[in-house]
Amino acid sequence: MMKPIATSRSATGIPTARLVTWWVIASEIFIFGGLLASYVMHRLAHPEWAAAAAHTNEWAGGFNTFVLLTSSLSAVLAHKAADSGDGPKAARFLRLTALGGVIFLTVKAFEWTHEIREGFVLASGGFWSFYYFVAGLHALHVLAGLIIMLFVAVDAAKNQELQRVECVGLYWHFVDIIWIFLFPLLYIAR
Amino acid sequence: MSTQAHQAGAGFFRKYLWATDHKIIAMQYLFTGMIMAIIGGFMAYVFRMQLAFPSQHVPGYGVVSPGEYNSLVTMHGTIMIFWVAMPVLIAAFGNFLIPLMVGCDDMAFPRINRLSFQVFFLSAVVLLASFLVKGGAFGGAWTAYPPLSASGAYNLEPIGASMWLVAVALEFVAFLLGGINFVVTTLNGRAPGMKMYDIPIMVWMVVLASILFMFSVGPLIAGAVMLFFDQNLGTGFYNPTQGGDPLLWQHLFWFFGHPEVYVVLLPAMGIVAEVLSVFSRKKLFGYKTVLHTAWGVGVLSFVVWAHHQFVAGIDPRMANVFTITTLLISIPVAEMVFVYIATLYGGSIRLTTPMLWALAFIAEFMIGGVSGIFLGASASDIYFHDTYFLVAHFHYTFFPIAFIAVFAGLTYWYPKMFGRMLNETLGKIHFWGTIIAVNVIFIPLFITGAAGDQRRIYSYAQFSEQARPGLQDLRMTATFALLVFIAFQFVFLFNFLWSLRRGKRAEANPWLANTLEWTVPSPPPHGNFAELPTVYRGPYEYGSPGRELDYWPQNAPS
Repeated sequence: MMKPIATSRSATGIPTARLVTWWVIASEIFIFGGLLASYVMHRLAHPEWAAAAAHTNEWAGGFNTFVLLTSSLSAVLAHKAADSGDGPKAARFLRLTALGGVIFLTVKAFEWTHEIREGFVLASGGFWSFYYFVAGLHALHVLAGLIIMLFVAVDAAKNQELQRVECVGLYWHFVDIIWIFLFPLLYIAR
Repeated sequence: MSTQAHQAGAGFFRKYLWATDHKIIAMQYLFTGMIMAIIGGFMAYVFRMQLAFPSQHVPGYGVVSPGEYNSLVTMHGTIMIFWVAMPVLIAAFGNFLIPLMVGCDDMAFPRINRLSFQVFFLSAVVLLASFLVKGGAFGGAWTAYPPLSASGAYNLEPIGASMWLVAVALEFVAFLLGGINFVVTTLNGRAPGMKMYDIPIMVWMVVLASILFMFSVGPLIAGAVMLFFDQNLGTGFYNPTQGGDPLLWQHLFWFFGHPEVYVVLLPAMGIVAEVLSVFSRKKLFGYKTVLHTAWGVGVLSFVVWAHHQFVAGIDPRMANVFTITTLLISIPVAEMVFVYIATLYGGSIRLTTPMLWALAFIAEFMIGGVSGIFLGASASDIYFHDTYFLVAHFHYTFFPIAFIAVFAGLTYWYPKMFGRMLNETLGKIHFWGTIIAVNVIFIPLFITGAAGDQRRIYSYAQFSEQARPGLQDLRMTATFALLVFIAFQFVFLFNFLWSLRRGKRAEANPWLANTLEWTVPSPPPHGNFAELPTVYRGPYEYGSPGRELDYWPQNAPS
């Protein structure tokens, strides 16, 4: 399909792709913001949820935090490569970033399997409902991000649509930042 | 249907059902919205007949059962707000007008635009299909408060309730996709020379509405998933026995629900601004004032939501805060109304059909606004809450928004959309019939509500403290006026359909207006502009001294 002229215009001076990514992130902030505010209000009203929270695995969560933050580095390096016009290099860094996402989801899968085997499921009480819902929604964002990233990498390897490298990177940083809120609120807070 | 005829070389499927052209997507939204309006209107007819003639046979429907009554009022509210006001005001007008008014060839993301309509259409199908499942459509009110909405054992519509949630969530997704397109296209797709303050008010209003929607709906999307889990997976987000809180839903719902009022109000205000300025042949009074007050309304609309919960057991100190913010928001809205009236002052007013609708919008919406003060103040709201006074109030706000302003917009842009003129005589018959009937529907409801009639009551005769047989005449008056109202809508439908083929051919600029959509042929071809325009001035330069013509198109080089 031919791109319309509207897509290529930039009356604000901000490239359209970057502008729309920021709007998407802004609306996502409100989804997670409302959810986290609801969780925090409930958590403050229910000190007994700390006992349930003690069953979460901080080491797995901590390792995942490390993996996700490190993957942001390769997202930045991909952006740098794309800026200098080196599409294949950007694609390699994007795939490396996606690998970080895969590791994150794998660790999470083991973690949840263990917790479910111990009998802590979605309907096991207030804390677990929020835990699975909030972390699950975040995991879906990680999954979506890494799939998009692999698609962008295919084009980038051919030096096409390099502006998308920056956008998917922005989105990846956003998913990271959400996790930085989730990790202490779900795992560490007592 | 000649708007669509220009996407050359494409088959029927690609042209109409798989289109990325913003004008065709606008038509898809418009016609879906109009069909949903007929369905929602039919529901109002059925339950008003039940209220006037309890438990009697309703022509075209049959006898209404109590459960069906609940489903009908729930679906009437849901459909009219989410499947009529939203798609017509924001999606249809926004899609049709934004690229034309800012002077570009399409939306910035045409395929996301197409996806937006497809998701929206799916949501409408899911909603209507819920009438056919076991237990029937959801009947727990359009606000879906738990615990009633959370448990099939309470609402008796276990499948219908979940389908309602899925449909509403899909509808939200559709408008998030569409809204991001509107915002980005307006910010980045503008014609060279069009500065921020040269953008027509209508475009600004759709953009502001989209931003308000984006920032208010997020928490409710999460909340809807939580309610779905409560219904189907045994969680207890809204159930106190499992550590949840039913008030949480009310907060999430109204944090969205109140800005939503302004999400639909602002585009309506935008339509009225365009129409008033053109038919007063006068510059819009205080362009920047309108724009800045609209921003003010938008910001304030995020801090008024708990005025819906004054009787829900919230902290009375919080009720005081929300009373103050609620009364504050009437200031910028009133300011906009004053600005519109000031636009009329000294203008050479032409009472065409769109102008009549625009003037009626101001008059009728003011009744809605003033009656809202009684409900925004917590002390009087405790008495008026959930009575027909409230029903009359919000119909005096939503009816002007979703119908009066839409009629103003449709009659004004019809020549551009379809290349034909509507019949003025039929337009005026429709106008007067509608306006008089609507007031006769809702003024009696103010009275029955003030006398104590609760809303969502299947039959007053069944409750000794609600019976009040003396009010039955007023209840019947409202129903008869509704029948008159419906009869006059056929005049509009006839005019709309007849003019598609038989109306006088429209020139490019039949109203002698300034904005860019009037510089292209009616209907605009695929790609809109033969040569993309450059903008030299603001959109409301009417009656400029020293000019021969009383209008001055935005793209005319001085």
